[in-house]
Formats: sequence, structure tokens, C-alpha cells
Amino acid sequence: MDIPYTVAARPDTGLNNGKIAIWLFLASEVMLFGALFASYVMLRVGAAEWPAGSTYLNVPLATLNTVVLISSSVTMVLAWASIAKGDFARFRLFMGITILCGLVFLVVKYFEYSAKFHHGYLPSTNTFLAIYFTLTGLHGLHVVGGMGLNAWLWGPGSSLWRSDRTHFTNRVENAGLFWHLVDLVWIFLFPVLYLL
Amino acid sequence: MDEARSDHVVAHDHGDIDRHVRAALLVFGALLVLTGFTVAAWTLHLPTGYAIALALLIAAVKGSLVACWFMHLLSERKFIYWVLALTAACFIPLLLIPVLTSSSGYRL
Repeated sequence: MDIPYTVAARPDTGLNNGKIAIWLFLASEVMLFGALFASYVMLRVGAAEWPAGSTYLNVPLATLNTVVLISSSVTMVLAWASIAKGDFARFRLFMGITILCGLVFLVVKYFEYSAKFHHGYLPSTNTFLAIYFTLTGLHGLHVVGGMGLNAWLWGPGSSLWRSDRTHFTNRVENAGLFWHLVDLVWIFLFPVLYLL
Repeated sequence: MDEARSDHVVAHDHGDIDRHVRAALLVFGALLVLTGFTVAAWTLHLPTGYAIALALLIAAVKGSLVACWFMHLLSERKFIYWVLALTAACFIPLLLIPVLTSSSGYRL
């Protein structure tokens, strides 16, 4: 038996099941990161001293990563627009660039983390570094997850395009929503951790 | 049948998609400029309170641009707005509680 409303909109919400599911998931993600942001606020206002982020962190590298993630959000929009217009080759090009941007972000993060460990800055060093590694580590895992999803849609998952174009386009849109949330979270992490 | 339906949907939306892409490129430019503002504001070494307010204001504008244009929130169905309103109703107090309890003299 087929799962209903994978493509057609439900009469009660006007949305297909995939769209509803991804937004409910994104809401849970907002609460997950929200809890950690609240922890950050609580730790910061309760601390006798709080170091400036730039004392420990590399602002130019984080700025580069911000530009990389924003660029990847645009290429994700272009990937969705390409597949929505039926241009599979351009979809693969832009989705490939999006995955590549995710990889660049992680490589930059690897160099950042390596420098911290080299200087002996560990999560156990102080509260600031503990919350920094927690927030950026969780965000990094989301980048990895988003890249995995995008890579699946670029590769084996794209076989759906041959049998049901609208369903595949919806999947790309939903993957895009997740990727944009990852970008959105970083937009707040960057000033909060690195600049304040 | 699926293929025919899909092609119809795809062809029907081409104009909207082109407009969406143009808007996304403009938003991309705005996000880059605002990132520049964020870093420039940091170099001014403002007092902590002003620095936090300014950085969060710019981040909120950037986040709104991403949500409204990249995530299509400007033209979503009512159900999604209700989901987000419920999320905001939980999220905002979660952030405000530590701030408000701190300013009223509490220390955990």
C-alpha cells in the first residue's frame, strides 16, 4: 500500500506529509539549539568573568566559514530551482557545489579545532571553551548530516527523478529547508561565540 | 500519470521560480554585506551591552532574510506558521528566563 500524501497536499493542512514532517523536525531542532543557547546565556550571566571570543577563537576563519555557508545556501536554492524547472544536470551541478561548500566548512573547522588542541585549549579548560565546543560540535554534526542527505539526493536518491519528478523535487526542497536551518544557526553562533 | 502531472506542475511554476532565484541572489548580497557589518562593528570595540545588542540585531535581520526568502516562509501555509508560533512561544521564554533572573539579582 502506498503512503498517502507524499506528493499531493492533505486537504486539512494544504501540505504534503514530507513538508509537515520537515517543519516539525526543524521546530524540534530550534528547541535543541535553543536549549544550548539558553545554557550559554545562563553560564555567561552567572560567570564572574567571561573571555572575549577572539581571545581563543580565530575570527577571520569563522568569517570565511560564514561566507562559505551563506554561499552554500544560495547554491542550494539554485539546485532546488534547477530541479523544479526540470534541469537535472544543473541540479547536480549546484547540489555538488553545495556539498563542496559543506566540505570546505568542515575542513576550516578541522583547522580551527586542531589549533585549539595544539594550544591545549580543550572543553575542560574553561566554561567558555566547553560551551564553544558543544555548540560548534553539534552544529558540525548537522553539517555532516546535511551533506549526507544532499549527497544521497545527488547520487543514489536521484533515481526517484525518473519515476516521480514532483516527489523528488519535494525531497530536494525539504533537504534545502534543513540546510538553510544549519546556515541560520551558524548566523547566530558566529557573533555569539566569536565576536562577543 | 505521475510524469504528466509533474511536468504540468514544473512548467506552471517557471515564472515564480525565476523570481524566487532573483530574490535569493539579492538576499545573498544582503547577507554578505551584513556579515561585513557584523565584523566591522566588532572592530569598533563597543561597550559589551551595545556590542551584544548590535550583533544580535544584525544576526536577527540575517536570520529573517534566510527564513523568509530561502525557506519560503513569506508564502507558507497557515499550519506551518502555527508550528513556528508554538516553537517561538517555548523558545523565547527559554532564552529570556536566564537573562531576566540575572538582571533581578539571581545568581545560580
